[in-house]
Amino acid sequence: MSKQINVALIGNPNTGKTSVFNALTGLNQKVGNYPGITVEKKEGVCKLSRNLKAHIIDLPGTYSLNASSLDENVVIELLLNKNDKDFPDVAVVISDVENLKRNLLLFTQIKDLEIPAILVINMSDRMAYKGISLDIEYLEEQLKTKIALVSTRKNKGIEDLKTLISNYKALNTEPCLDASVIDKDYFDNLRKAFPNQLLYKLWLVITQDVNFGKVTRNEFDSIEDFKTKSSAELKKLQQKETIKRYQFINDTLKKGQTIDLKTAKDIRIKLDRILTHKVWGYLIFAIILLLIFQAIYDWSSVPMDFIDSTFAALSEWTRSVLPDGIFTSLLGEGIIPGLGGIVIFIPQIAFLFLFISVLEESGYMSRVVFLMDRIMRRFGLSGKSVVPLISGTACAIPAIMATRNIESWKERLITILVTPFTTCSARLPVYLIIIALVIPEGRFLGLSYQALTLMLLYLIGFATAVGSAYLLNKVLKIRSKSFFVIEMPNYKLPLFKNVALTVVEKTKAFVFGAGKIILAISVVLWFLASFGPGENFNNAEQIVTENWASQELTENELQQKIASYKLEHSFIGITGRAIEPAIRPLGYDWKIGIAILSSFAAREVFVGTLATIYSVGSDEEETIKNRMAGEVNPILGGPLFNLASGISLLLFYAFAMQCMSTLAIVKRETNSWKWPILQLVVMSVFAYLVALAAFQILK
Amino acid sequence: MTLTELKRGQKAIIKDVSSIHIPLKLLEMGCLPGNYVELVQVAPFADPMYLNINGSHLAIRRETANYILIESTDE
Ligand SMILES: Nc1nc2c(ncn2[C@@H]2O[C@H](COP(=O)(O)OP(=O)(O)OP(=O)(O)O)[C@@H](O)[C@H]2O)c(=O)[nH]1
Ligand SMILES: [Mg+2]
Repeated sequence: MSKQINVALIGNPNTGKTSVFNALTGLNQKVGNYPGITVEKKEGVCKLSRNLKAHIIDLPGTYSLNASSLDENVVIELLLNKNDKDFPDVAVVISDVENLKRNLLLFTQIKDLEIPAILVINMSDRMAYKGISLDIEYLEEQLKTKIALVSTRKNKGIEDLKTLISNYKALNTEPCLDASVIDKDYFDNLRKAFPNQLLYKLWLVITQDVNFGKVTRNEFDSIEDFKTKSSAELKKLQQKETIKRYQFINDTLKKGQTIDLKTAKDIRIKLDRILTHKVWGYLIFAIILLLIFQAIYDWSSVPMDFIDSTFAALSEWTRSVLPDGIFTSLLGEGIIPGLGGIVIFIPQIAFLFLFISVLEESGYMSRVVFLMDRIMRRFGLSGKSVVPLISGTACAIPAIMATRNIESWKERLITILVTPFTTCSARLPVYLIIIALVIPEGRFLGLSYQALTLMLLYLIGFATAVGSAYLLNKVLKIRSKSFFVIEMPNYKLPLFKNVALTVVEKTKAFVFGAGKIILAISVVLWFLASFGPGENFNNAEQIVTENWASQELTENELQQKIASYKLEHSFIGITGRAIEPAIRPLGYDWKIGIAILSSFAAREVFVGTLATIYSVGSDEEETIKNRMAGEVNPILGGPLFNLASGISLLLFYAFAMQCMSTLAIVKRETNSWKWPILQLVVMSVFAYLVALAAFQILK
Repeated sequence: MTLTELKRGQKAIIKDVSSIHIPLKLLEMGCLPGNYVELVQVAPFADPMYLNINGSHLAIRRETANYILIESTDE
């Protein structure tokens, strides 16, 4: 049997841990030039030799073992708990050659926990550019470790690293710093009280809650009695510890590293002079946003039209080739139109992820955080909230996860609560189809009305998010320190591979994730629409023929009448009409009502649902859009989708909380049902009222 | 003087940081007495401040910068 060891990748944010992880495991986890891309533990396997396998654990970045935010805490929890199934046999500490001094701080802390540790010095391809040279042998000796000089970009040094991991038993586990230099008396007492424990580990457990305070205690219960020092004193000691560590590191690097400033180059200063400028910085940011918007709206319309008509043709083709029957009708009227409703959005989703990924990979995202912090703070948010709000335009789920590096709990909570207001990609399908139906063509200042409407909807989304943040900031009584620090990484040329992978993976996840729900819902819907209880449904043909006997109807018209009569008395029709009174004031008929109901699972189901409902019983080849355009309002007459009902629908979707997955994530991230329930109720009631007002005013 | 008085492009040496008001994280990023600090860029209203501390590039808010004492190195 082959043996398996645990290998944890630990390091400062943005040093390339995930890149090393991907190189070792062959997996494709997300990489980006922004501190805080990885926010939770990710695992993979690497075969080292015939009988040795490594279980590799990628962790969020941390500046030290003193956690100050949730993502950092993951690392500390793991390292302090020997009983964790993932507790590392060997820690691989990843450092960035350009920030070696700072990166070594964490390394010395890990050494002091006496865990076998390997030092990876990554980004070695940048050494020449920055004029850095290293005396590896000397460093290995001083730091009592083995070093692998790696460049994941150039694919160098990975094999060396694997060899070092295989020989982990030979690693020196002596600490770098004697913990008792921090405070002799205090540590002597500590040693007496816990003779079997590592001093530095005790120290970490004692000091954790000074900064963050969530370490699970287990074996350290009795340590509470040991709080003989106030937290101010402890902080002083931590400062002293940090200074001691830096002294050691400075001494080590004085000999081990030389930097030739004459050959070092830097484009950071030049770029930052423009990109973070008081005027140009904001202007450029605005232009980038406009460009993204333009791409999503304009550039993707061509492939979208193509997909739409292909699916209509496919559905028609299935029905013409396969023999009539239940299966054919399920396929042609349920599944294919339902799936078409999701595949059509692939181009837009892909564009969105492309842009977001380029912004992250280039290092620009941190600059946006810098530019926006002051403004966002007015609304109770943090500069770091910009990242969730921007990536929320793709999907609220990763966006809410991305709040984990916000230090202040209040700012983080508010960000989580308002992020679902940003226009996520699941809303796009709904917006696009309704805009196409109700907003006239024609242009204003060269921009089409339709594009302007979409832009307005995005703005409404942001404005509502920021506005409700402002209110929450006033209402929520949470005391939490407002502290903010963000690293400004070097600019990097985005790596095509990283960008392409993000786009492909995310798009796939979107299509398959939503695809499953849509498939299930469209089968259920088709069933409910194709069958019904009682006389009315079963004898539909007879009833309709008799009712219309006095009028001259063509065969075709008669069939249409029968089909819609059947639909109305099917299970779904009965349900739909039961809820109709509630939605009629908003200008919707029962079919839209059903679509709204089913899209409480996920918004993008809306279009698929309508497509399914409308195609049951009709047999011409039609695109979804044309079917919807043909619907007539049963009470007011005229097209069902007109300006008033259209705007009302758009606004409803802009505000309503219709995404189970988001609610589940909010529950997980806030650790309480209170917040997701609050979101669901407040957002949905607000949506209903706004939609109601819109329809009543416009009709 | 405090870090807030530094002008764009100026360098100084950190003299003292108030450990009660400054989170440990910042110290660990290199903001310690004896290290140099340079103001790279400021956002409107000089907040936040984009710094180069001992080779680490980072941005902090002005209120935090208030608690960092510096000594100018300009001749
Ligand atoms: N030049 C160069 N860039 C690299 C190298 N390895 C990684 N990068 C880049 O460094 C950035 C950070 O890489 P990640 O792998 O996401 O870093 P991480 O440590 O996982 O970051 P967090 O998860 O945010 O803590 C990305 O832009 C990578 O493309 C390398 O060897 N050379
Ligand atoms: Mg990562």
